[in-house]
Amino acid sequence: MTRLIVRSCGPMTSLQDAGRVGWRRFGVSSSGAMDRLALAHANVLVGNGPGAAGIEMTLMGGLYEAADEMVRLAVAGAPAAVSAAGRPVAPGTSVTLKPGETLSVGPAQAGVFMYLAVAGGLAVPPELDSLSLHPRAGIGGLHGRPLRAGDELPLRDIAPAGPELALDPVLLDPDAPIRVVLGPQADYFGEEAVAAFLDTSYVVSPEADRMGYRLAGPPIAHLHGFNIVSDGIVAGSVQVPGSGVPIVMMVDHQTTGGYPKIATVITPDLRILAQRRPGAPVRFRAIPIEEAQELARAYADCIANLSRAAKPIRGVVPDVEALLGLNLAGHASNALAPEP
Amino acid sequence: MADAPEPRILPCGDAAVAVEFGDAIDPALNAHVLALDAVLAGRPWLVETVPTYRSLLVHYDPTAIGFAELAEALVEASRTAGTAPASGATWTIPVAYGGEHGIDLEATAAVHGITPDELVRRHSAPTYRVYMIGFLPGFAYLGGLDPTIATPRRTTPRLRTPPGTISIGGVQALVASIEAPSGWHLLGRTPVRNFMPGRDPVFLLRPGDRVRFRRIDPETFSELDRAAAAGEIVAEPAT
Repeated sequence: MTRLIVRSCGPMTSLQDAGRVGWRRFGVSSSGAMDRLALAHANVLVGNGPGAAGIEMTLMGGLYEAADEMVRLAVAGAPAAVSAAGRPVAPGTSVTLKPGETLSVGPAQAGVFMYLAVAGGLAVPPELDSLSLHPRAGIGGLHGRPLRAGDELPLRDIAPAGPELALDPVLLDPDAPIRVVLGPQADYFGEEAVAAFLDTSYVVSPEADRMGYRLAGPPIAHLHGFNIVSDGIVAGSVQVPGSGVPIVMMVDHQTTGGYPKIATVITPDLRILAQRRPGAPVRFRAIPIEEAQELARAYADCIANLSRAAKPIRGVVPDVEALLGLNLAGHASNALAPEP
Repeated sequence: MADAPEPRILPCGDAAVAVEFGDAIDPALNAHVLALDAVLAGRPWLVETVPTYRSLLVHYDPTAIGFAELAEALVEASRTAGTAPASGATWTIPVAYGGEHGIDLEATAAVHGITPDELVRRHSAPTYRVYMIGFLPGFAYLGGLDPTIATPRRTTPRLRTPPGTISIGGVQALVASIEAPSGWHLLGRTPVRNFMPGRDPVFLLRPGDRVRFRRIDPETFSELDRAAAAGEIVAEPAT
């Protein structure tokens, strides 16, 4: 059994995939990667399907060792210094470690979430159909908990094949407005309050995690109080509790709640919001549902077709090394420069 | 069952809508929710549904259907959903009331000017309806609380309440599964695990089920708790 050993990692490091589907009716939110496009990038770079499980790192990076066999890896998402066996790895490229070598991921230089994908994927059993950690439920991840130093992740025994790949790095869009569709309870707010919501420059507060991003800014007024009969919440729901300051529900959200929701962040922009740190500005822009759906379809297409955008990069071909049993992985750094 | 009122179709972003039949906690509205839930099964654009008190949250695939066409389909489906599907199970759930298991029992009884035993009697007398499973995995929200013991939420929520907490808040009653924050009044605890990964079934209660409570003593709680930890259901099904 091939393994990837966690030598060190930050406190909020967990296994996440494209999310858990079909269990929301029992109170289980989807979880999954906070930035699914970045997870897809990392996966595609190592030849996986875009939604396969990878390691989500939050602000801090980590040190990962290939045990037993050669292992191909890629990191995507928030920009960070990545090195393999001490040699720098260009952003948006895969790299292959030989047994005993380590991949080092530095802290995020901007943004929040970084993803490490492993060719062939993780041989960890899913719970409720997914590897995504849902910490409150204690399901998914490795033994229902975040990763920690010393963990050994079993890998599928798939020898790296073909050339290393490159993709243009994921954009964080730190200044882009976060687009929303108004509703489902925009009618709990007057026109002026909705206008104020769309005009305000909020910032992400320190209370921001995988469950929700509480914003900071002036309160907005409710028209008919702030209690509704509890109904369903989605990732991206913008709840306005009694304080009048919005909270955007993220992928580990509670599945139902009793505060009115003024708007919902569109699917492609949820990852953009996710990558904003406490203190980063957030402005909302309302768009019609038809436009939101076009953008959601384009986003789904982009992820589905990402593997076509990945380009082979010049240099050492690791499967040839493996075939010949030669120890050439020391030359892997030659493979880092993407073809012009 | 009466004809469904024409529901409001409320967009929740680009990939979900709430189909809202009203804004009350009402068994007839909830029956419309469950009836619609049942007839939507198998639609090609359907991802998953979340039944709640008075609305059905429908997650759909926006690459398979647009909002306008979906809204029409949902209104039409609501019209033809007919009567609610036959309810599932009726469960009797053992509860250790008061003491360390229900730290708010005495204070809540005092609020209503009744004895703790009378509060237990009123709490365990009705047959409740499971309106929804929500908030966190396996939290069952029940309707049917005796209105004479309805109690407003605590002003200060507790950050941690134990697994299996049996509580009331407003006119609602709750069977909690895992440790969670709560602003409700803790009357007791059940050894029943409404959510237990690795057990079959993982989740016990479903929307539309009926629930009764049966008082047990702390010793019985401990016995049943050990059995439940080993994977037994310990709630008793009724026919």
